[in-house]
Amino acid sequence: MLNRFMQSRLRGLMVLALILIILPVFLGNPFHYELVIQMAIIAATVVGLNLLVGFAGQISLGHAGFFGLGAYFTGIATGTYGWSSIPALVVGAIAVGIIAWVVGRPILRLKGHYLSMATLAVGFIIAIILNNERAITGGPDGMPVPAFDLFGWELSTFGRYSLFGVDISGVQAWYILASVVLLLAVWFAQNLIESPIGRALRSVKGSEVAASVVGVDTAKYKSLVFVISAIYASVMGGLYAHFQGFITPAVASFEFSILFITMVVLGGMGSTFGVILGAVVLKLLPQVLADFQELETVMFGLILMLTMIFMPKGLLPTITATVSKRMRKKAGGEA
Amino acid sequence: MLRTMMRRAGKCAAVAAAGLMMMSAQAAEPIKIGSFLSVTGPASFLGDPELKTLEMYVEKINEEGGVLGRPLELVHYDDVGNASSARNFASRLIRSDQVDIIVGGSTTGATMAAVPLIEQAQVPFISLAGAVVITNPVKKWVFKTPQTDRMAAERILTDMKDRGITKFGLISGTGGFGSSGRTQTLEVAEEMGMEVVADVTYSGSDTDMTAQLTNIRNTKGVEAVLNFGFGQGPAIVTRNYAQLGMELPFYQSHGVASDSFLELAGSSAEGLRLPASPLLVPDSLPEDDPQKEVVQNYKAEYEARWDSKVSTFGAYAYDGLMLAVRAIEEAGSTDPAAVRDALENIKGYVGVTGEFNMAPDDHNGLDADSFRILEVQNGEWKLIN
Repeated sequence: MLNRFMQSRLRGLMVLALILIILPVFLGNPFHYELVIQMAIIAATVVGLNLLVGFAGQISLGHAGFFGLGAYFTGIATGTYGWSSIPALVVGAIAVGIIAWVVGRPILRLKGHYLSMATLAVGFIIAIILNNERAITGGPDGMPVPAFDLFGWELSTFGRYSLFGVDISGVQAWYILASVVLLLAVWFAQNLIESPIGRALRSVKGSEVAASVVGVDTAKYKSLVFVISAIYASVMGGLYAHFQGFITPAVASFEFSILFITMVVLGGMGSTFGVILGAVVLKLLPQVLADFQELETVMFGLILMLTMIFMPKGLLPTITATVSKRMRKKAGGEA
Repeated sequence: MLRTMMRRAGKCAAVAAAGLMMMSAQAAEPIKIGSFLSVTGPASFLGDPELKTLEMYVEKINEEGGVLGRPLELVHYDDVGNASSARNFASRLIRSDQVDIIVGGSTTGATMAAVPLIEQAQVPFISLAGAVVITNPVKKWVFKTPQTDRMAAERILTDMKDRGITKFGLISGTGGFGSSGRTQTLEVAEEMGMEVVADVTYSGSDTDMTAQLTNIRNTKGVEAVLNFGFGQGPAIVTRNYAQLGMELPFYQSHGVASDSFLELAGSSAEGLRLPASPLLVPDSLPEDDPQKEVVQNYKAEYEARWDSKVSTFGAYAYDGLMLAVRAIEEAGSTDPAAVRDALENIKGYVGVTGEFNMAPDDHNGLDADSFRILEVQNGEWKLIN
């Protein structure tokens, strides 16, 4: 039993790794790389959010707030104060974790609409602070962020690097970094889900009352997962800031929070690989639809609506269900 | 097992790749002019006339034989007023479409988000956004066509001084435009030896600014009021100003210099002054004004083609495109470095916005005099000087 669990957990991770290894063959130019790098960073954020939404069943409509905090912490620490990137990411993550814990404790007592309103407010407050503290954040016009430095290397998307003797371009280096980060994010999430904490979280989602009756400290686990998902967002926000080279308060905006939640719902709540697919689809659509000009927003809305109507469980769960049904039928026919 | 897994992975990769390939563009003979503008979304009033202008003049230039004997091709994306999509589309223009020059960036946020990337990619870029930070400090590859907010502040304060005003109250929006304008006004006021006796702000969603205006009215020694803002806010300030019966000279910024502002503010706008492009008053320009012909032609052509009123913002795109064309012609090729050098050396180009004299330390090329001071009289713009 345990063996099978291990296998199923690692299988997904291996498929993902394989896709990430094969994908560069199909990437025609640096812009494609850039898109995939962004997808990976956003996907990793959403994997973190999914722990909260998909497994613990708690909603957060303010997650871009934590993402934005992480981005700005990194931007300010490296840009204004000359820190190097890794300490900035780590300290930023700790700071955001503490903030999430402080606000999370009281608001996670709320349920349903009240919880969504409270997380919404947290996101808004962060966005307002980033907008108004001009002296520190540059205000609504944003601020530049220096290139990512990794053990003394300046990782610029326009640079050229040599990795084990192979000459690679800046975007390829970033691609490798983003892929590794995504795999780590998924690996950690998968492990957490299968751990006692994960089981406790799922019991909270199933029924909070029942969970507390059997001795699960629901408040503790809910805050814990809230903090973990905020840390995911913070680290990814920091990476995103480095990659983009410029951030505006839009990274902490309500629209961005909604986009995160939409990725979770579209891809499939509670399915780690589903939400990655959700992130990929939602990042890809605006680029694919760019040629439709005025119709872009309409098409975007239509696709979302159709998916929600015909695939209410989300993309990946619906697809897997259909595929395995077909396969079972086929197997039945052959037998 | 392994085989199904591989097959599945392969399929996923193929689907993802197919998606990406749809976006590839083919290399071609024409000169590619890239553009990212806020055609939809909250800043559409900027991006829409800008795109129309670009489309129309690219067509016109191509009918007349193109540039260097090559046709122009406009590659355009809509950034919806969102800074991170502006950056992504700039990246797409540079890396995927491989454009020769970029003319775009409707808002300061969109422009600044794309600047680090453009500087690294070393592609000439002409921005259509206002704030002074875009070209100050000077960035090697970045130029811009609108006057800076600093020039607007200089122009307004000079006009105040001419009327004998030295102390004024400032009310500004907290958005990007308003807060940048506020900073510049405070700096210019200090340089010119004027005093800002009241300094209040409002946020973009406020629907009543009576409190702030009353505050200014009750300040001792205030001789005039200046409102720096964008969008709805200034129209509300103007209406509240009239409702309060304030008699002091009232100034608005160039951010509201459009006919739609007059419609919004109605009769309460009577008597207010603002710095604006000559485009609002093409026919009252004196005959010897070198801009008169350019301005009249642009207005006539735009209105004939699109059957809608011309706007100052479209004129920024006109000047941007014409500067780009001129630089490419002078460089004799589309080599980015040559085009950039040519842009930097453009002197005496008379555009709709003003006369451009670029220099290595001035990538805007305009001076404060390119703004005309207008006053609202009988519901219409009247040229003061």
